[in-house]
Amino acid sequence: MTHVATHDDAQHPIRLYFVVWGWLFVLSTCSYLVDYFHLQGHLRYSLILLFMMLKAGLIVAVFMHMAWERLTLVYAILLPIGAVLVFVAIMVLESDYTLLSRTLHPGLP
Amino acid sequence: MAQISLRNEADEVRQSSGLASIAADLSSDQRAFKNVSWGKAMMWIFLLSDTFVFSCFLISYMTARMSTTEPWPNPSEVFALEIGGTSFPLLLIAIMTFVLISSSGTMAMAVNYGYRRERVTAAVLMLATAVLGAAFVGMQAFEWTKLIHEGVRPWENPWGAPQFGSSFFMITGFHGTHVTFGVIFLIAIARKVLRGDFDTGRRGFFTSRKGNYESVEIMGLYWHFVDLVWVFIFAFFYLW
Repeated sequence: MTHVATHDDAQHPIRLYFVVWGWLFVLSTCSYLVDYFHLQGHLRYSLILLFMMLKAGLIVAVFMHMAWERLTLVYAILLPIGAVLVFVAIMVLESDYTLLSRTLHPGLP
Repeated sequence: MAQISLRNEADEVRQSSGLASIAADLSSDQRAFKNVSWGKAMMWIFLLSDTFVFSCFLISYMTARMSTTEPWPNPSEVFALEIGGTSFPLLLIAIMTFVLISSSGTMAMAVNYGYRRERVTAAVLMLATAVLGAAFVGMQAFEWTKLIHEGVRPWENPWGAPQFGSSFFMITGFHGTHVTFGVIFLIAIARKVLRGDFDTGRRGFFTSRKGNYESVEIMGLYWHFVDLVWVFIFAFFYLW
């Protein structure tokens, strides 16, 4: 983008927002159809994640103007979210351990 | 915008070269986010902190669901809606999703019209956003009522793992609260826009400072974030 530094929201044509709006509708319909057609297993989970990431990306990049924001701000906001993924990994391991304990020792709380 | 006048050529050169520009910004004097106003930067930092709060809720939900030995209630059936004898899975949730996405669309356009200084159009679009947001909260209230009547409590439910209720009420409740506050602030900012506060330089009631149309964009950031959180709740709680 050439107008990074001189970002002025009025430069974006309204059409851009209608296009993104339309895509968000299409993607939401797709994720709803995943459930409607009872897709199962890895296909289901990968499709849910795919549509989720695409929708989140469109909202953040276009509606929240992140695509035109100063790079320092973009990194300052997006990088810390990586910590959430680390937290998820830790809790997946923890949950597996808890489930194993509960399965091996059914009587215990 | 006023911030643009703060830029100089050196600033422009730094910005053009990726990671070096970030290093230059962060090691520079006084302010790191050069041409970003403090209002917008602080809203983004608040949203980052809010991301962590919602992440903690979703991660605790994941932990409860992964570690329980009891079956997890099937959200596709729990949130099904019966119309004329046919059961549609997740119908209400799908409608809520479309309503919230539409409200994001009207909000994005309100920001655009605000910067074009078409204040009536901007205010009307913001009020439309508020109406859609209120409709969302209304549907959520309907959903809560339905589930409570069916016997869902934070400590038990008729279908399986008791943590289902606590996760559901905590996550959707916290999100609904965000939507509600968003609606209140939307109406407040729309009133300022409609009255022409940002054109005449009228001072704010609480802050005694002059505002500008960036307030609409900052309001929009919050509103889009609420929509963004719903994308993740929809995927992880309702579809998974």
